[in-house]
Amino acid sequence: MLLKTDMIDPTVKSEAGTKSEKGIFARLNRDTLDHSDPSDYMEKFKKGISPQLVAHISKDKEEPEWMLHQRMKAYENFTRIPLPNWGPNLEALNFDEICFFAKAADKKGGYESWDKVPAYIKNTFDRLGIPEAEKKVLAGVGAQYESEVIYHSLENELKEQGVLFLDMDLALQKHHDLVQKYFMKCVPATDHKFSALHGAVWSGGTFLYVPSGVKVKKPLQAYFRMNAMNMGQFEHTLIIVEEGAEAHYIEGCSAPKYGSNALHAGCVEVFVSKGAKFRYSSVENWSKDTYNLNTKRAIIEEGGTMEWVGGNMGSGVTMLYPCSILKGRNARADHLGIAFANAGQIQDTGARVLHLGENTGSKITMKSISKGGGHSIYRSDIRIAKTAKNAISQIECDALILDPISVSDTFPNIKVDNNSATVSHEARVGRLNEEDIFYLTSRGIEKAQAEAMIVNGFISPIVRELPLEYAVEMNRLIELEMENSIG
Amino acid sequence: MTQLLEIKDLEVAIDNKTILKGVNLTIKEGEVHTLMGPNGSGKSTLSNVIMGHPKYQVTSGDILYKGKNILKMEPHERALIGIFLAFQYPKEITGVTLEEFLLAAYRAKQAHTDPDKPPILVFRFKKMLREVMAEFKMPEDFAERFLNHGFSGGEKKKAEALQMAVLQPTLAIMDETDSGLDVDALKTITANIDKVMRKREKTGVLLVTHYQRILKHLEPDYVHVMKNGRIIKSGGPELAHELEEKGYEHL
Repeated sequence: MLLKTDMIDPTVKSEAGTKSEKGIFARLNRDTLDHSDPSDYMEKFKKGISPQLVAHISKDKEEPEWMLHQRMKAYENFTRIPLPNWGPNLEALNFDEICFFAKAADKKGGYESWDKVPAYIKNTFDRLGIPEAEKKVLAGVGAQYESEVIYHSLENELKEQGVLFLDMDLALQKHHDLVQKYFMKCVPATDHKFSALHGAVWSGGTFLYVPSGVKVKKPLQAYFRMNAMNMGQFEHTLIIVEEGAEAHYIEGCSAPKYGSNALHAGCVEVFVSKGAKFRYSSVENWSKDTYNLNTKRAIIEEGGTMEWVGGNMGSGVTMLYPCSILKGRNARADHLGIAFANAGQIQDTGARVLHLGENTGSKITMKSISKGGGHSIYRSDIRIAKTAKNAISQIECDALILDPISVSDTFPNIKVDNNSATVSHEARVGRLNEEDIFYLTSRGIEKAQAEAMIVNGFISPIVRELPLEYAVEMNRLIELEMENSIG
Repeated sequence: MTQLLEIKDLEVAIDNKTILKGVNLTIKEGEVHTLMGPNGSGKSTLSNVIMGHPKYQVTSGDILYKGKNILKMEPHERALIGIFLAFQYPKEITGVTLEEFLLAAYRAKQAHTDPDKPPILVFRFKKMLREVMAEFKMPEDFAERFLNHGFSGGEKKKAEALQMAVLQPTLAIMDETDSGLDVDALKTITANIDKVMRKREKTGVLLVTHYQRILKHLEPDYVHVMKNGRIIKSGGPELAHELEEKGYEHL
């Protein structure tokens, strides 16, 4: 938990007694996230998936021939590959009920100023605090609404240094060769059913290119918002960090609650070159109607560092295992994650690491919280190849179960093909302790707040890694989850 | 003087086993009471029950605080009206710093006693906390450490006394606060308890202890001896001396 300055304390009132609004995300609450705006634009868009739809998306985006080809091939794979035979049951997910492509505004590449963004869309992002965060702490912002990006910005200084940060659809047009070289080379559309689906209907997302030696100090953020009922979002994030470069990217997402399924099957590909350093943080808050079946993967070259920091708070069913392929020698990956499974939620999260190079290192720290009948699962797959001499992998996963009706499971898979490797795995499961709560409440703190304190303390090693404003947002989201105690 | 705490014929059980078998005790404003007795006599149970620990069942009797029955109140409600328990074994809470914990407690209390006043600002609280810490001869970084996490036995007891000094209770129950302390730490703590008492004449103290030595630093008005879940003897400070000479067995 955090206690730095009054700037970040959302509960603080100023001396005059008026409520301070200094915390960027201080006003966020469940209503803000669950609130839906009108979606009249949806009338034009049909539900369900077909080869015609796939062709239509490509045509609408005026894509080159190879992309259409790739989409059609991915569609074929999607129809052929079965649902995963492990993990949460996905049979209730009805593809005929999902809208796979919808545009709320028609502006290729997004607007360059918030003033030009249609008011009903801008309002949403205002409520979520995005323009304000942009002004205060970010170097650039991308904002996607339904299937397309409606706003994109980057500080001039970074533009001058050759940094590219733009909408993925636009990147395909403007930086065609670069995109073609990397697109779905890290996560092939043949990987699994949802990477195939993604390859077929992907739309929007972010392209980030950091040239050699450029160090981007402030974080860049993209926010993905689904608004309409039964929406499907399939943004593609492609990040290339060249030799010795550094950057930090933050992804946020949310969707309103309708009581009817929504689907998110995004794809994140990160290429970390020699000696480069990249951090990918995400605060995921999809509504509890959403199936979040996301694929995130990075390839790390010699001496490069990849850091995944993730908070999974929302969604009904989540299957997310960020993956690091440690290709070059001395490459390193850090995976930090929090998953909160509340009533009706299955959080199946974890990590995959493939050690290929010599002296590669990975550290995985995962924390899960289960409450109100929620089910959290830690699932990991760590492989140390024959070539990975002296590789080190350290895994730590902690589960906190808040009540007797909630569940936590751990499925670690470790395969070591090199005797010089050092692998450690520690797993702990704990319950909220009556004595701890008594101790905190005996000082005048209410029980719910005491529980939230213990939970925030439990996840603090991970939250601390987020920029201050986002860490405060994360603590706030945890408190929101803690407030609705089970009846 | 007004009655602060009134315990009447209190019987308490845990898992259907009776531990307190009819305890009577009255503490008035400004008084220091010492509760002594052998291990397992029910001293800690009594402290926890006054604070409202959920694992104990009060099977009969009453606990009144300023004339009001508090048996139905939650622990945090009891804290807000001025009761404080310094724990014999304070819990270690990782990820929560002593400072943020105390700030939350301080603000809760402030919101209760002075609902119209805006909550204390973080920097003001920090300043105040540092001042109190200096009196306890605590290093500054103490506030930024996780609550009791990795604290030595003495540090934990000091942290309890610090919390008491910050929250300024009206009834302070100190459960074995003196055990595990060296002479210097004991002096610092008792001097500060004494100071809190003098500053607020209406504070009452219930000092639960095994040992005599704390009484040299903090003179009690009354001494009670507990055995087998009952207070079997009460008296003035002279009773403590008698106990030191003859032990509990002769009672």
